[in-house]
Amino acid sequence: MSALDDFRAEARAWLEANCPASMRTPPSSDDEDTWGGRRATFFSDDARLWFERMRDRGWTAPTWPRAYGGGGLSEAEGRVLEEELRRLGCRMALKSFGIWMLGPVLLEAGTEEQKREHLTGIARGELRWCQGYSEPGAGSDLASLGMRAVREGDHYVVSGQKIWTSHADKADWMFCLVRTDPSVPKRDGISFLLVDMASPGISVRPIRLISGNSPFCETFFDGVRVPARNLVGREGGGWAIATSLLKHERAMIARIRDARAEAEEALESIAKRVLGEARGEVADRVVRAELAQLGIDVLANKLALRRAAEEVAAGRPAGAESSMFKYCGTELGKRRREMRVRLLGLSGLGWEGEGFTPAELSATRDWLRSRASSIEGGSSEIQLNILAKRVLGLPA
Amino acid sequence: MSFVLTEEQRAIAKAASDLVARRAPVAHLRALRDSRDPVGFSREVWREMASVGFAGIGIPEAHGGSGLGLTELGLVLEACGRALAPTPLVSTVLLGAPLVLAAGDEALRARELPLVASGERVIALAHEEGPHHAPTRVTTRAEPHAGGFRLTGEKSFVLDGHVADAFVVVARVAGEADDPRGLALFFVEASAPGVHATRLHLVDSRNAARVRFDGVTAAATLGVPGEAFALLDRVLDGARAGLAAEMLGGADEVFARTLAYLKERQQFGVAIGSFQALQHRAADLYCDLELTRSVVLEALRAIDRGDPEAARLVSAAKARAGTTFSRATAEAVQMHGGVGVTDELDIGFFVKRARVADVTFGDSAFHRDRFARLSGF
Repeated sequence: MSALDDFRAEARAWLEANCPASMRTPPSSDDEDTWGGRRATFFSDDARLWFERMRDRGWTAPTWPRAYGGGGLSEAEGRVLEEELRRLGCRMALKSFGIWMLGPVLLEAGTEEQKREHLTGIARGELRWCQGYSEPGAGSDLASLGMRAVREGDHYVVSGQKIWTSHADKADWMFCLVRTDPSVPKRDGISFLLVDMASPGISVRPIRLISGNSPFCETFFDGVRVPARNLVGREGGGWAIATSLLKHERAMIARIRDARAEAEEALESIAKRVLGEARGEVADRVVRAELAQLGIDVLANKLALRRAAEEVAAGRPAGAESSMFKYCGTELGKRRREMRVRLLGLSGLGWEGEGFTPAELSATRDWLRSRASSIEGGSSEIQLNILAKRVLGLPA
Repeated sequence: MSFVLTEEQRAIAKAASDLVARRAPVAHLRALRDSRDPVGFSREVWREMASVGFAGIGIPEAHGGSGLGLTELGLVLEACGRALAPTPLVSTVLLGAPLVLAAGDEALRARELPLVASGERVIALAHEEGPHHAPTRVTTRAEPHAGGFRLTGEKSFVLDGHVADAFVVVARVAGEADDPRGLALFFVEASAPGVHATRLHLVDSRNAARVRFDGVTAAATLGVPGEAFALLDRVLDGARAGLAAEMLGGADEVFARTLAYLKERQQFGVAIGSFQALQHRAADLYCDLELTRSVVLEALRAIDRGDPEAARLVSAAKARAGTTFSRATAEAVQMHGGVGVTDELDIGFFVKRARVADVTFGDSAFHRDRFARLSGF
């Protein structure tokens, strides 16, 4: 037996013993997620217990060094752990932009002092982070962002506005892009800054979406003083960090949506239930053919993700494929949401209250929510631009 | 079994693409077409491919083969697909030989398989009887005769049928058309009295024939008469996955040619590949290809490891290969503009091959239906 097999056996035994039964069932809504932070809330005692056990094991950030609160696992062990978590159907013990996005950046580009100050708090879910990238005038053209940070002694003074800041109203810290030099070409004047959301001068306003939820906020900065040691990388070096981070974000968006979809009643089963079945098959032949095409595409996408992971593990440099998975994953997700609502008919169009099951109400809200997935984190069109230029080498 | 190629697999892929580039580029198919070549492929090129082991993939070493799997054969087929190289790989290596291997007696295997592996023998499958793939829609009758069987019926689409040395014939010993029970497999020499093959000139310039069997005495019965469908469908799955690999190669090549053209063709003073309308279509097609590649590779591997999900993966692969290849060729024509519809450019050969390959062994619609059935809906 190889060392990796030993690890698999050990991980499986530990998860069997430590993951509470209720944490092995799919969450029925986003409200059941654990996000940590100073104002952490837990949906249930089991959610808290599961989080604490995983945190103490270092498996909230399994491949980070132990010195920074991680599990110290190799990449290969990390993949084995993910497989075992999936096999048992374990929920994510901690959802965290800090772990998915900021952590990898700090490990790559942070100073030793920054790593020590922030990584452990992130891994242990003590501090919740949000991402301050987009601005009202800087969406797809992110590099044109204008929130100013002016150096005054050992501080930056930050003024301006961010928008689409996920969970800014619940976050303790923000990693953000600021303009430190307006006189140079736009990509060269951007810096990457870490900001304590408790700083005076920050105000946050949630944005109500068509789904009725408010996961995004507007965040206003009015003369906010940020210690200069919270600059990651060099001043003016923020764009490279931002694009590297976006790759992590795209991979994350593709993965999370997939996990949510696995938890729901299969579309095929809804189709049989609602549209009827004949000899075990969906009675409506047109819908059945569409479901088959969707099923085939979802399968192919899953296999493509696995192939890319195996190739990267074998030493191929990770490239712009995160753009492909962000694009394909979110477009497929929209097709699934659209199909679910279509199959449910009127039952998939309830907004709230009596007459609808929780799953039906989720179908409506998730369909509306899914429309944002191909816009946030770089729209589908931006991903196609990236693929055309960086992968296909087409001229600008 | 991983998606990452082993060193041996990389060597096979390279050997295949080198040989195909040297001996059978698209110009080779064009020359065969233009000269109305009676054979439809080059026996010389085929023997050379056999000499490096390609014809013996899937045949055990004891019978002169290399004992490699479908994953390796897929690499060779992909290389052939890039050049649209016409060979008996599909008719004989994916169909005829595996059926003889799986159901022939030892004497038949010992006689036939070494000849296949050395490139000397073409064994075609005589199965389809209508314009669409319908594996159980067989009305060719097999009647007991002198301790063996006598076959009567007509086959509509037999790959390499007019140049085959022998056939594996699917015929019915019981039941009516569409019944999976009652099917049987027979080995028939092409020289047997009552075998009439008529070459079909298909749009893709590849080999196919209509073959009539007029009371032909079968040389051997393969397996248990009446219970052949499971084996037939299993071997067909290998052929479907293998053909999907060929189609993947074709789609990849026609996309590469289109990309090169987008970078080179100037209009309005710039390369047309700088236009976002074309960039987005190219990038979307790239994603389509990558997804198709993943499911095709997995289908081949699933068969090699005996995965119970293999049939479902094969249908997913063949369905996607069909739509991706057709789409890649349609975009190739459109993006090449006027020159794309000329015979002088090779693009047309890919357009035509995509259509025929889609229809062969079940088109995308057939495999969507089969995928749904195998998935339980």
